[in-house]
Amino acid sequence: MTSTDAPAGTGSTGTRVLGLVTLAALALGAYLALVASPPDENMGDAVRLLYLHVPIVTMAYVGCGLCTLGSALYLWKRSEWWDVTAAVSAELALVFTALTLVTGMIWGKPTWGTYWVWDPRLTSTAMLGLLLLGYAAIRRMPSEPVVRARRTAIVGLLLVPNVYIVNRSVTWWRSLHQGTTIGLQPKIHDLMFFTLMFDLLVGALVFTWLLIHRWRLAWLEHELELNELDDAIAARRAEAGAHPGVPPTPPRIGVPTTEPTT
Amino acid sequence: MFRDAWLVAAKDLRIELRSRIGLNQIAPFALLVLILFAFALDPDSGVLDKATPGLFWVAVLFCGLLAIQRSFAVEAADDNRDALRLSGLAPGGIFLGKALAVCLELLALEVVLGFGVVLLYSTHASGWGLLVTTCLAATAGIGAAGTLYGVLAAGLRVRETLLPLLLLPVLAPVLIASTRAFEAARDGNPGQGWPWVGLLALFAVAYTVIGAVGFGSLLEDS
Repeated sequence: MTSTDAPAGTGSTGTRVLGLVTLAALALGAYLALVASPPDENMGDAVRLLYLHVPIVTMAYVGCGLCTLGSALYLWKRSEWWDVTAAVSAELALVFTALTLVTGMIWGKPTWGTYWVWDPRLTSTAMLGLLLLGYAAIRRMPSEPVVRARRTAIVGLLLVPNVYIVNRSVTWWRSLHQGTTIGLQPKIHDLMFFTLMFDLLVGALVFTWLLIHRWRLAWLEHELELNELDDAIAARRAEAGAHPGVPPTPPRIGVPTTEPTT
Repeated sequence: MFRDAWLVAAKDLRIELRSRIGLNQIAPFALLVLILFAFALDPDSGVLDKATPGLFWVAVLFCGLLAIQRSFAVEAADDNRDALRLSGLAPGGIFLGKALAVCLELLALEVVLGFGVVLLYSTHASGWGLLVTTCLAATAGIGAAGTLYGVLAAGLRVRETLLPLLLLPVLAPVLIASTRAFEAARDGNPGQGWPWVGLLALFAVAYTVIGAVGFGSLLEDS
């Protein structure tokens, strides 16, 4: 039922090397964040979670940006390559946004004393997650690939502008009620700064590795979708060929059957 | 294009006037929501009075969802969408017409809801200029964004459940801005409300332009 030239997996020499480099970088990044870097003056050991949280949220934004870029380029070039890119970026952005919320809430409990505050950043991240869920929902609707691509491209194109408008309005809304937002300490130790930068790089590596694999998988799904009918017809013909006594069954889709009517 | 818009809007409004779905179902639903809010938030505790602007706009959003779904349901019957495509009307005009019809229905509903909150929640309306402008700007935004996302979900078997998920996060800024503007009007300092009306107007203009440009290709698919 599959195309003969389809690869058996999504790995290649390049991704295997990238994967190993990513694993090594993850180990070094974890060592820097958990052992080597000093605790923060105010936050204490809770600051170590930020070395995980900040790269994740950065990659969530990168995913959203890629989704909107891919959607715009799809609408312009009508290339399936960009459609698949936009879809897989949004999917990764959704995963990273969910992780952002989880790590943020875990960090919030010891720092603010509560899992959730109506901080502009938290609120607009939650809204971003909901917008991405909407994108994922419309992406999963069964419909013609071209129709689906065009519909999701419009939603994807509006993703970043919507996130921006939501973020601005939420910030404005909260600024009427409370003074300043809780942010990172402006004074930051040299090793802490290096750790943060290094972990941002690790986040980018993980994201790239996931993106390549997910992209290849999505492309295979896309090809399967295109070849499904041809493969089904070929399988039926082969089945008929294996039993010479039975006349070959014609494909039923779009072709009138030869069965006698009563 | 504007003539086409007017034709489509007049058609939609004529259907609504004759079928009376809006009058017989959506308006009573709006009042029902107001009563349910009163059950949920004890009317004697003063919470209801404080929360009136927000409750008003949440009710408008819920009714807006119904109006938008209705606006595309009338096109789904008897393959009306094909007739609309073949009619030769400008797609931008069709978008503007459908959005305009939804807006006018919602404005009528807002009048009903306005009377509802004044009578049921004993709210004192003040700052009429700000109230009316907020209603106009917010409704234009809901109508434009709703029609754009409405056509995205139209034609799918799951449109009833998909549309709220797609549309409500997008309309969150409209809810925030219109509620703040109403609060400013209620508290007697309309100066604080006008910037929010600016945000609403910007939202409405942005979605009207995007919808008028992008509607054609989406209508082809649905």
